[in-house]
Amino acid sequence: MAILTLILLVVILLLAVVYLDREDHTASDDPLLVDAINRQLPQTQCGECGYDGCRPYAEAIANGCADINRCPPGGDITIQSLSRLTGHTLKPLAGDLTPTSEGVAVIDEDLCIGCLKCIRACPVDAIVGAPKLMHTVIESECTGCKLCLPPCPVDCISMVKPPLNLRDWHWAKPANPLLE
Amino acid sequence: MTRTLHRFSGGLHLDTHKHESRDVPSMLVPLPGQIILPLKQHIGLAARPLVNPGERVLKGQIIAEPEGYVSVPVHATTSGVVRDIGDYHIPHPFGIREPCIVIDADGLDELFPIEAVTDYAALTPQALQEIIRDRGIAGLGGAGFPAHVKLKEGVDNAVDTLIINGVECEPYITCDDRLIREKAMYVVSGARMIRHAVNAKHCVIAVEEDMPEAHDALAGHITAHDDIELVRVPTRYPAGGEKQLIQVLTGKEVPSGGFSINIGIIVHNVATAAAVYRAVTRGEPLISRYVTVTGEVKTPRNLQVLLGTPVSDCLKLCGYEDSNDTRIIVGGPMMGTQVRDCNIPVTKTTNCIIVRRKIPPIQELPCIRCGRCADVCPVNLLPQQLYLYAKADRFDETRQHHLFDCIECGCCSCVCPSHIPLVQYYRYAKFEIALEEQRRQGATRAEQRFLNRKRRLQQRQEVKQKQKAGSTTTATESGDTDADRKAFVRAAVARTRSRKERGTDR
Repeated sequence: MAILTLILLVVILLLAVVYLDREDHTASDDPLLVDAINRQLPQTQCGECGYDGCRPYAEAIANGCADINRCPPGGDITIQSLSRLTGHTLKPLAGDLTPTSEGVAVIDEDLCIGCLKCIRACPVDAIVGAPKLMHTVIESECTGCKLCLPPCPVDCISMVKPPLNLRDWHWAKPANPLLE
Repeated sequence: MTRTLHRFSGGLHLDTHKHESRDVPSMLVPLPGQIILPLKQHIGLAARPLVNPGERVLKGQIIAEPEGYVSVPVHATTSGVVRDIGDYHIPHPFGIREPCIVIDADGLDELFPIEAVTDYAALTPQALQEIIRDRGIAGLGGAGFPAHVKLKEGVDNAVDTLIINGVECEPYITCDDRLIREKAMYVVSGARMIRHAVNAKHCVIAVEEDMPEAHDALAGHITAHDDIELVRVPTRYPAGGEKQLIQVLTGKEVPSGGFSINIGIIVHNVATAAAVYRAVTRGEPLISRYVTVTGEVKTPRNLQVLLGTPVSDCLKLCGYEDSNDTRIIVGGPMMGTQVRDCNIPVTKTTNCIIVRRKIPPIQELPCIRCGRCADVCPVNLLPQQLYLYAKADRFDETRQHHLFDCIECGCCSCVCPSHIPLVQYYRYAKFEIALEEQRRQGATRAEQRFLNRKRRLQQRQEVKQKQKAGSTTTATESGDTDADRKAFVRAAVARTRSRKERGTDR
């Protein structure tokens, strides 16, 4: 009898745990949560996650439709902060996505034919130019989303990692093989 | 002379290594063939070039003007032709390149006509500040903060005490000591001028106890009615740090996250005071400085170097022979940076060049929680706690433990029995936090631009739809109608036609 009670108790507790865990992850249309998730995303609007931009992805996460590991430009830092925010467990970037390499778009000005296609593709208005005139990328505004690459008919845009300068160099973490 | 001195907690008595270079008179470095002047030798925004490649410039001519409030101009340090404006190596641990102006010296050293002030006391503090800015004076103690900004903030915040810092606490460095001994009058007069430029009530010149000659030299120039105090502070690293010196002299502590001006004090280096004297009485811009060259060189000594002179020239002059088992440090042994090669220019903040033997990398061992780092920390932080958090990438916790109050003096790393490069960990954490901040700001801006674009496209769509819906005479926002537009097109066609007719006539 005692054993039966114990088993019953365990089953009830397990069910409770499963239920609560589910509750933690289920649908929530809380706009505050969507905002909070959106703030953690890098706002490149690159669509690599499979959604139409950063906010739609944030909504999908909040609704429980999307996993937290689908943002390549955000990398590990974004996954960590999303995990903290939503309570999902930490996991590496989804297998079907490739990590983003740093860099900004640069137009080869000799090859550019001035077709405006990249300007229409840029989600943050970081490319300037006029019809049949050379276009150029505003380096400080480019988010590195690569959306301008496919539309270019002459393949004159490439992603370039700017050389290290006083603004964005930084100290590395001291390496220590013995302690790892 | 009756000021009671206080003490800061922690600190270290280090082997000073000053005798090697302190008693040798300084030497002028001969004019180099090429001068490389970085546009950013100070804290703040880089200066904007005013000259073009191929242009001839004279010694002391402004070649780059300040951009914004926290910025100072750059002056040509000799006459010659501008060879290039581009990215060159600067003194930096990563060997990065930054925009510089390169001048091929013509050897004539021809002076740009300069203007001197005969009676500085007749000038308003603001006018004096302007002179100091226009002569390109940035703090020469090591950080390179624009001097005029400190002065302006000093006036705005009703500064009480001006401290002229001659406490050269880092080992090996003797450039301030040598400067005081050779140019004590400049320092004292400069101190009077800075005092006038900030309206300070009190003025203190501080030197270390182990600089008796410098003390005597200064004492010889301070007159009875000067009301300048000359103080000798005990030798203990880092007594020359701005916040530590304030604590020693006044017993006050600069609040966490604040500046010395918050407690009514501003601090300038002795070399800055000397530069102010030269700028005001002779109109000379900041184009040279004292640099200590010491360590594993034949004749360690101080040099008077034109800014932009290659570090390699200074080293050669002191008998340095390039070898594989030495490393070169710019700055002091505690806070300076090891540079990758010596083809970098001397800048406004280069106070010392040390050649040291290479040492095999020391293995970091686990922290044994001995607490020595906390004993020596001059700002009362908990270094081992900070270390553990930084190591675990828990940056929020490092912040809560006041990471940003760390002055990176290196006392903790110095005493650690496990050879943990503690300061390296703190720098890493500081940079990661700054990077995260930068990332966040970038994301906010990108989002704003994205939303603006979305709104604009939407508006355009709406306008189009409206035009389609309203058939002939729909008024648009700007007020013109379809009829107007048709008339405009008709007129244009007529113009073209008449032009063509005229063309055929000819």
